[in-house]
Amino acid sequence: MDLSLSTRTVGDRTVVEVGGEIDVYTAPKLREQLVELVNDGSFHLVVDMERVDFLDSTGLGVLVGGLKRVRAHEGSLRLVCNQERILKIFRITGLTKVFPIHTSVEEAVAATD
Amino acid sequence: MATVELRFSALPEHVRTARLVAAAVARRAGVDEAVLDEVRLAVGEACTRAVGLHQAAGITAPVRVALVEEEKQFSIEVGDEAPRTVPTAADGQPLPEDPEAEGEDEMGLAVISGLVDDVEVSSSESGGLIRMSWPTTS
Repeated sequence: MDLSLSTRTVGDRTVVEVGGEIDVYTAPKLREQLVELVNDGSFHLVVDMERVDFLDSTGLGVLVGGLKRVRAHEGSLRLVCNQERILKIFRITGLTKVFPIHTSVEEAVAATD
Repeated sequence: MATVELRFSALPEHVRTARLVAAAVARRAGVDEAVLDEVRLAVGEACTRAVGLHQAAGITAPVRVALVEEEKQFSIEVGDEAPRTVPTAADGQPLPEDPEAEGEDEMGLAVISGLVDDVEVSSSESGGLIRMSWPTTS
């Protein structure tokens, strides 16, 4: 199992669909993708994690890094996740207070606050 | 007391292998299915931290993982050989800290302590050890 990444544009948002395992080995690929998007001028990101099977603190670190980058451009980084085992990791690290977490891509794309 | 031991070179790609082996042995030992996700995540965090410490210190020795099936509990020990002294450059000056790496290390420990009720973290001049255990049903 590796990491899969694909991006698409919905209005002024860029949706990054992530699948597979985000860990110490694969997280650098996600970091590169987020950095590249911000460098190319995409500052409103939606990271769809519905197909993520595993997430660890390295992956959390990459998402926090992405948030820092988009915020530097007054952008946003929203997450889509309904999986309890992934949501649990955000809860125990207190990151549910840092990331807006949505139940669907549609909801995340429509969100403005 | 049955033990499975794993030693792997301090490379990120082997952390997944450690997670898979740990989960397989935990399941066999009778750890509840609902807890296996936690075991997988906790051992991954501990191994990631050990790999980071070995790489940062240029240690070529492998990371050690011991999976121990005891009566009524299953324990995992992840050991590294990174000495816990203040790192200094060749000229004796303290090395500049990498704030991002430091933060990730702390986040890994935060995840472990949030997940596992029974956890001990110790360190000495010869390295560190994270010991975690879970109850078993069989």
